[in-house]
Amino acid sequence: MGKRVGLEVSFAASEAVKLANVDLIAAYPITPQTHIVERLSEFVNNGELDAEFVPVESEHSAMSVCTGAAAVGARTFTCTSSQGLILMSEIVFCAAAMRLPVFMVLANRSLSNPISIWNDHTDVMSIRDCGWIQYFAENGQDVFDHVLISYRVGEDRGVMLPVIVNMDGFSLSHVIEPVEVEDQETVDRFLPPYKPEVVLDPAHPVTMGAIVLPSCYTETKKAQDEAVKASMPTILKVWQEWGDLTGRYYHPIEEYRTEGAEVLLVTMGGIGETAMWAVDQMREKGRPVGLLKIRLWRPFPFEEFRKAVSKAKILVVVDRAVSYGGPGGPVASELRSALYNEPERPRVVNYIAGLASRDVAPFDFIAMVDKAEETATKGMGPEYEIYGVRE
Amino acid sequence: MKREQDYKWRDFERGYVIMEPGTSREYHTGDWRSLRPIFDKERCIKCGVCWVFCPDCAIRFDAEGYAEADLDYCKGCGICARECLPGAITMVDEEG
Repeated sequence: MGKRVGLEVSFAASEAVKLANVDLIAAYPITPQTHIVERLSEFVNNGELDAEFVPVESEHSAMSVCTGAAAVGARTFTCTSSQGLILMSEIVFCAAAMRLPVFMVLANRSLSNPISIWNDHTDVMSIRDCGWIQYFAENGQDVFDHVLISYRVGEDRGVMLPVIVNMDGFSLSHVIEPVEVEDQETVDRFLPPYKPEVVLDPAHPVTMGAIVLPSCYTETKKAQDEAVKASMPTILKVWQEWGDLTGRYYHPIEEYRTEGAEVLLVTMGGIGETAMWAVDQMREKGRPVGLLKIRLWRPFPFEEFRKAVSKAKILVVVDRAVSYGGPGGPVASELRSALYNEPERPRVVNYIAGLASRDVAPFDFIAMVDKAEETATKGMGPEYEIYGVRE
Repeated sequence: MKREQDYKWRDFERGYVIMEPGTSREYHTGDWRSLRPIFDKERCIKCGVCWVFCPDCAIRFDAEGYAEADLDYCKGCGICARECLPGAITMVDEEG
């Protein structure tokens, strides 16, 4: 049984990484991910964790070190935010294409410019198509659990993919929450050691990261796409096992008070918990409003999503990133695309909100629902709206 | 050996790992060449400067120690001709 303790969510992530008994940590400090790696460096320094700690000179090196270490068979950890992610992004794409199950916690933060250390999803959306499995955490427990779940899924012989756990900077990373920390025995039962089939070894030379000519590049990309899609059954199976072990079950799309809902709010990440409050308030007044929280972003859970929205009339999608001059926030544009070929589909109304940690309070969600209902009855509204902007 | 165009997407190792070392030798980059180096044994002093400068490791030495180009990999860049001290290397048009 786990022990329920009050923990800063960053430290909950560090505890989980320690329990995963990683072999190597390589990271460069950047707000707001700093506490996670700081705590891990203490674990390594005081002998609680037997791992290499590589204090690299940049995030590009951090991801390079992790990718190289995974290629020789090490379980790795790195962590970054915002500009750090952009700097490492070259190797982020390589790790996925080379099918090396490196792992990262991304404490989501806005991209420059102007410089903002605060939270939104503009960093991760810039690498949306990097080929990693991508989760969005909602609270501290979720972060703790998904560190361990990610290693188990990514290192599965049938998966072999890198994994990102997104957690909102500050609003998650810097708050203290009750977290059930599992003991080492439970974790060991759930997470076997990392044993890849092929490693870099001078005794058995292989080439990783080779050039491929135009005659074969398309086939390698097809294989990569199929690999990400094929990870879905393993993700579901591992969630089930984790649930059976700890009592905490997870789903690709989490539904909250959706029974009979005509309007569904859709969120991703920590604001989902605030949206629950808003839904409760609207339900108290008899309004048929529910909430969908997208937990799994890649592979995208098309089947679960279409099923979850099949009875809704309006989706109010709250995005936390901008696609400048594009079709709306990245989440809304993907959801629209997922629904386009359906014979019956709800209207998708898109609000971009919560940029750089601007509060999205329960009354904001209620205001969005009000506005969306009005927009939907008028026919075609705008593709999206940046909510709460001062005109 | 299987031709590149015969590979289907399931045929590759996971992550496009190449299990056999040294397969880049099979890719004859000399095919790109438009100029070819000609070596004049009368002038060559076997100093090896061309070997040092060749960016493609495409200079080798014959049984007598004279430099020559490995045309499987020589891309015809002309650096050897430019660097050759006694002027023993001339670049000629591949088509000519």
